[in-house]
Amino acid sequence: MTATLQPDLAERVGMDPAFNPSACMNCGICTAICPLGLRHLPREVFAYVVLGMEEEVLQHQEEVFSCLLCKLCEVSCPAGVHITENVRALRHYFDRNVFRLQGR
Amino acid sequence: MPLATSDTIAILADNLRLRKSVLPIPAANAIRWTEGLHLRRGGDTVLYTGQMYQLIPYIEQLVAAEERLGDSFLAGFTGFGRQVNRVLNLAGFMAHPSSAERSVYDRIPHNVALLLRRAGVDFGSLFEDDLYSGALIYDLGVDEVLAAHARTVYEVFQKYEVKEVITIDPHTTNMLRSVYPTFIPGYELKVRSYLEVLAERGFGPTRRLAGEVAIHDSCVFARYEGVVDAPRQLLDQAGLTVREPAHSGIMTWCCGGPAESLFPRRAAEQAARRVGELRAVAGRAVTMCPLCFVNLEKAAEDVIAIEDISDYLLRACEGPEGESDGQL
Repeated sequence: MTATLQPDLAERVGMDPAFNPSACMNCGICTAICPLGLRHLPREVFAYVVLGMEEEVLQHQEEVFSCLLCKLCEVSCPAGVHITENVRALRHYFDRNVFRLQGR
Repeated sequence: MPLATSDTIAILADNLRLRKSVLPIPAANAIRWTEGLHLRRGGDTVLYTGQMYQLIPYIEQLVAAEERLGDSFLAGFTGFGRQVNRVLNLAGFMAHPSSAERSVYDRIPHNVALLLRRAGVDFGSLFEDDLYSGALIYDLGVDEVLAAHARTVYEVFQKYEVKEVITIDPHTTNMLRSVYPTFIPGYELKVRSYLEVLAERGFGPTRRLAGEVAIHDSCVFARYEGVVDAPRQLLDQAGLTVREPAHSGIMTWCCGGPAESLFPRRAAEQAARRVGELRAVAGRAVTMCPLCFVNLEKAAEDVIAIEDISDYLLRACEGPEGESDGQL
C-alpha cells in the first residue's frame, strides 16, 4: 500500500489545543469497550491523522459519524485521550473539507 | 437508497440556521405542555425544555418515513431536496403527529413543572422563545452554525434577564452548562437539571411506590455532567428499589439514540442490547432523557416497561399518604 502523507493533517483537523490523538498508546481498551463495536475508530483513525494519511481517514467516514459520542471509551482511556472531542474535530474536518458545508 | 451523510447534515444545519431548530415544529405544539400551569413569562429563574421532549413525536414520524426511504430519515431530501428545504420546511410536510402522540411527550415537562412547584421553586417559562439548544449540530461538528445559534439563544436569556435555568433533559443541560460557555465569551448563566434541584430541595412525596426499577443512566448526564446520584436519591425517596444493570452510573451503556439521525439501524441494534441488560435486573426501567426513552421503548416491545423518571416521582406525590398498593 502506498500513502500520500500530509504532515500537517493533525494541525488542520484539530480545532483547539485539546485535540490530542497523539496521546493514544494503542492499548485497545476503547475498541474493546465500544458499545457499537467500532473497529477502526478511535485508535486506527487517530493514528492515520497523526501520520498525515488523509485518504485513509476519509475512508472511515461512516465510523466517524456512527460514533455515539457516549464517552464510555474516554472515561476508560488510561492515556487521557480526549476521544469525543477528537471525533467531533474529525466531523468538523469532514463538514468543511469533504462535504463543503460552509458557505454552500 | 445510498446514504447521503453530507446532505443530511446540511439540511439539519440549514434548519437550525434558518428556523432555529433542526426539526422546526409549530410554536403552538412546542408550548402545549404549559397549558393549565399559568406560568409567568420569564423572570430570574425559568424552566427550559429546549423543545427536546416535544420534538420526539415528530422525529418518530420522520424515522417511520425513513424505513420507506433508506437508512437515514433524511435520505429522501438529498440533492434537490436540500435546495427546496432552504425555502420550505420540508419536515413540516412529512411529520404530523396526532394529539395523542404528542401528549405522551408534552406530559414530561408538565410533570416537571408540577414537581418543581411541589418543591417550592419559583420559576417562569420562555414559552415560544424556549428554543432548541443545537445539541445535534454540535455533535455533528458544524461548529460555525452552532456558535451563531448559541448566541441567539443566549440573547433570549439576556432579553428576559434570566439568571438561572432549570433544564429537563441531559442534552440541553450539557449544551447550556458546558458547551455554550466555550462559544460565548462572558457567558453567565446558572444551569441545573431539575433532578439536581429536586434532590437538593426535596419534592415531598406523599406515598412510597413499593417495587423495583432498573435505572438507565443517560450517557450525557452521567459522563458529561456528573448527574448520577440525584436520580437514585429521588427514586429512593419515592420508595422504589433501584436495580443497577451491568453497565450503570458513570459506566452506563448508551441507548443508541445519537446514531438515530444518520444510522437508525445501528441505533435500534444498540437499543435492543441495552434493553436486554435492563431486563436482566427488573421488569421495569426508568429513563431521564427523551432520546433514551424513545429508543429503549421501541426496543422494549413487551419484555420491559419503560417510563420517564418524572412519571414515577409525580406518582409518588399523588393519592393518599402511606404505602402504595403495589401499583407502580
